[in-house]
Amino acid sequence: MNTQSNAVPESVGSQVTAAATSVTRPLYWSVRRELWENRSIYIAPLAVAAVTLFGYLIATMGYALSTPDMAQRRAALEEPYSFATALIMGAAFVVSVFYSLEALHSERRDRSILFWKSLPVSDLTTVLSKASIPFIVLPLVAFAIVVVTVSIMLLLSTLVLLGSGISVATAWKPELFRMGLMLLYHLITVHILWYAPFYGWLLLVSAWARRAAFLWAALPPLAICAVEKIAFNTTHFAAMLLERVQGGAEAVPVHGTMPFDPMTHLTPVRFLSSPGLWIGLIITAGFLVAALRLRRYQGPI
Amino acid sequence: MTVIEARGLRKAFGTTVALDGINLRVEEGHILGVIGPNGAGKTTALNAILGLTPYQGELRVLGRDPWTERDQLMRDVCFIADVAVLPRWMRVSQALDYVAGVHPRFDRAKAEGFLAKTDIRRASRVRELSKGMVTQLHLSLVMAIDAKLLVLDEPTLGLDILYRKQFYDSLLNDYFDRSRTIVVTTHQVEDVQNVLTDLMFINRGRVVLECSMEDFELRYVEVTVHPERVAAARALKPIHERQVLGRGILLFDRADRQQLGALGEVRTPSISDLFVAVMGNHAGPAQGAAR
Repeated sequence: MNTQSNAVPESVGSQVTAAATSVTRPLYWSVRRELWENRSIYIAPLAVAAVTLFGYLIATMGYALSTPDMAQRRAALEEPYSFATALIMGAAFVVSVFYSLEALHSERRDRSILFWKSLPVSDLTTVLSKASIPFIVLPLVAFAIVVVTVSIMLLLSTLVLLGSGISVATAWKPELFRMGLMLLYHLITVHILWYAPFYGWLLLVSAWARRAAFLWAALPPLAICAVEKIAFNTTHFAAMLLERVQGGAEAVPVHGTMPFDPMTHLTPVRFLSSPGLWIGLIITAGFLVAALRLRRYQGPI
Repeated sequence: MTVIEARGLRKAFGTTVALDGINLRVEEGHILGVIGPNGAGKTTALNAILGLTPYQGELRVLGRDPWTERDQLMRDVCFIADVAVLPRWMRVSQALDYVAGVHPRFDRAKAEGFLAKTDIRRASRVRELSKGMVTQLHLSLVMAIDAKLLVLDEPTLGLDILYRKQFYDSLLNDYFDRSRTIVVTTHQVEDVQNVLTDLMFINRGRVVLECSMEDFELRYVEVTVHPERVAAARALKPIHERQVLGRGILLFDRADRQQLGALGEVRTPSISDLFVAVMGNHAGPAQGAAR
C-alpha cells in the first residue's frame, strides 16, 4: 500500500521530467546547431571588441598621456567606453539582421532541410531556436562582450592613471555599474522588444523567399511607402518605420544622448504602457506564426 | 503489423497530378522497392509518407497521420533522400552530437562502430568528404537509430559500384531484421533485385504493378526464342518483345514454363526488363486505347 502510494507520484514526476526533456533537449541542441553553423554570432562582436581594445591600447600608450592637463587626460581615457559599447552593439545588430535573413533560407537552399526534417524535431522547435538567436543569444553575447571589453579598458586606464599619479578611485566611478544596468535595459527594451518586428519580418522573408531574400525584405516596405506617397501624398508608413529604427521615444525619452548615458532616465512604465510596443509584439507574433507555417509546407529550393 | 497504409492517396501541384489515387499497404518486415520513371510520383509519395507534404486521401504510417504528427513519427522513421542532404558545414562529430541530442532512439556507440569501419574522420566537415563517404556517414547515423521504418529515396545515386554494393550489404547484414521495414526508390534496379521482398511500379501517379518478389519469380518468364520459333512464341501472348543481336527475347506473364522451354532458353527476367515491358505497355493513352 505504502509502496504503491509512493510509486505513483514518482512515476508522474518522471513522466513530467521526461516530457520536459523531450521539449527542451531538441530546443537546446537546435540552438547549439545554430551556433555551429553561424559562428559569426560570436566572432563578429569579438572581432569588433578586439579592434576597439587594440585602438584603446594605442590611445592609452600615446595620445592620452601626451596631454598635459590631467582632467583632459582622464576624459580621453573614459570617453571610449560608450564608443566601444556602441560599436559592439552595432556589430551584434548587423549580425542579427543577416542571420535572420538567412535563418530559414539557407537550409532550403542547400537541401539540408530534408535532413533536419528527418529527425524528431518539430517545426515549432526549429523556428523558436532560430528566433532565439536575434531575440536572446545575440543580445546576451553582445552584453557579455561589452562587459568584458569595458572591464579590460578600465583596467588599462587604471594602470595608466596609477602611473601618472591620478587618484584611481575616480576611474571606478559608481556610474560605470549604472552604465551596465542601463545597457542591459537598453538591450531588452530597444534591441529585443522594440526591434522585434524587424527580426520577425526578416525571419518570415527567409522562410518565404526562394532567392534574393534581401530584396524581398527591403522592397515591400519601400513599395508601401511609394504607394502611400503617390496615392495619398502622405508618409505615415515611412515615419512609422523611421520611428521604429530610431529606437522608440517611449524607451529612450531623452533625445540626443547615448541610450546608455547615465544621464538618461529610465521610464520602464511608460515604455511598457506604450501601445507601439504591444502592437509591434503582436505583429512579430504574426510574422513568426507565418514563418512557422511556411517552414512546415516548404521543401528544398 | 501494417506499417504504411494508404487509400486513395492524391496530390496535385496546380494542374499536374503527381499522385492519382494510390493504394498502398506495407507490412512489417518487408523491403518494398518503388520503381518508376522520372516524374512518376515516387518522391511525392515518399514525401507524403514522411509528412513533408500535405495530401488528399487516407494515409497512416505506424498508425499516425504523417502531416500532423511528423515530429512524433520521426522517432520511428528514418529517411535518406536522393541527394546528399547532410549540411556541408557540419563536422562529423557535430552530426553525432546533434543526432544523439535530439533523437531518443539513437545509439551513439553503434554509429561510432559503423564509422570505425570507414575512412571518415571525426573532425572532417561534410564538405570535405567524398560523395560516397557522405552516404556512408548518413547510413551510419541512420542504422544506429532503432527505427521501425526506413525510407530511402535514391540513396545510392551517383555512387560507384563498390559503394552501392557496400550500401545494400550493410543494410541487409547490419540493420535489417524482421521487425524493421524499408521502402526504397531507385533507378539502379539491378542493385536491389536481390534485396527486395516486394516490388511496385508506379507511373503517372498510379500503381501499375504490385507483387512480391516470390510472385515475381513465379509469374514472369523471359525466353530467348530461336528465330524459327518466334511465331509460335508470339501465339502464347508475350507481354513484351525485344531484339538482342538479332534474336527475339519475349517476356511472358503466367505462362507454362514447360511449353516455353521448348521454344528457347528460359530464365527469370531482371526487374529492369519487366519495367521496360510494363512501362512500354502503359506508355501513353494512345497506345492504351489501341490495345
